Amino acid sequence: MKSLRILVVVPCYNEQSSVAAVVEDIRRVKIRTGLPVDTLVVNDCSTDNTLAVVRTLDCLHLDLPVNLGIGGCMQAGYKYAYRKGYDMAVQIDGDGQHPADGLPKLLEPLFDDRADVVIGSRFLERKGFQSSFARRVGIRYFRWLNQLLIHKTVHDSTSGFRAFNRKTLEIVNRYYPDEYPEPEAIVQFGLHKLRLLEVPVTMEERQGGASSITFIRSIYYLFKVTLGTLFVYVRLRKQSL
Amino acid sequence: MQSLPITIQVFSLIGTLIFMGFIARLIVRGKLREEYSFVWIACAIILIVFSIWRDGLTQISLLLGVFYPPSLIFLFAIFAIICFLVHLSVVNSRLQQSIKELTHEVAILKKEVTDLQNTGNLVLENEKRSD
Repeated sequence: MKSLRILVVVPCYNEQSSVAAVVEDIRRVKIRTGLPVDTLVVNDCSTDNTLAVVRTLDCLHLDLPVNLGIGGCMQAGYKYAYRKGYDMAVQIDGDGQHPADGLPKLLEPLFDDRADVVIGSRFLERKGFQSSFARRVGIRYFRWLNQLLIHKTVHDSTSGFRAFNRKTLEIVNRYYPDEYPEPEAIVQFGLHKLRLLEVPVTMEERQGGASSITFIRSIYYLFKVTLGTLFVYVRLRKQSL
Repeated sequence: MQSLPITIQVFSLIGTLIFMGFIARLIVRGKLREEYSFVWIACAIILIVFSIWRDGLTQISLLLGVFYPPSLIFLFAIFAIICFLVHLSVVNSRLQQSIKELTHEVAILKKEVTDLQNTGNLVLENEKRSD
């Protein structure tokens, strides 16, 4: 069997206080489990010392010259993974929300070829940080939207803790939603007929940095994601018909 | 029909000519691309036509059954502005898409350059050692 290569993409925007711990966490899991992972930190044009911190770490890094937001930032990582011939890519946020301990669990369905996209969900087993009330209401709404559009139930559609195989990488290499990509991407994957699978993981409350979603922005978030989801749906359905 | 005072006609003509000169200057200096200048040149020409042909607006309004001629101007102007704004939004979205792709390329190239420099330095060091 050809040896697999896995890229862990860590998107970072002003995460100087937490990124080192995240990379270290991944390294520990790599040593403990022997998974063939490389870590790629993508610095989304941070205004603090993130880049300087990342340079001192034992990991690969991309430095975006322009701030693109999480979607564009992740796509840079996925493009890199695709071009460099990685077989799988995992997203682990730079704020320490996703403990790397979940990696083997997340990757297992890909190894067994049971899924193309694996999403780490904090709601399957109600352990760890469960997010705020408002956010849970939003997540429930997206779950309903996904069921309506692609007839699939994803419990934690805003979870960024995800693993893709090569087939999915090829798709996100071409298109990945921009601003708040997670719920929109699920519809995209559903319409590409990819096999989605959720596995239970525990998440932490963020260790550093600020959420990209403040209370005032959450209304915008809902509208933006709903619109984006609907447009992706219409566009891809047309292609697949 | 009562004749309008000539002053306003002269003023609007001068204003329009200045506007046209301004657009021309922007194009010459390369600050405005030709494809976006068409619409402004067209606007200026329409303005010139109506500042010379004073009864034109009234006549067209009568023809269309519009009782208050200036409202015809507002109708057309607002319609034209909205069309142009939509066009600009499209252009803007396209630009944003291009910037995103360029950013990705630059980031990946930057990484490759650093990697090459690092391997180059290693090779140099090894050569020095073997000397």
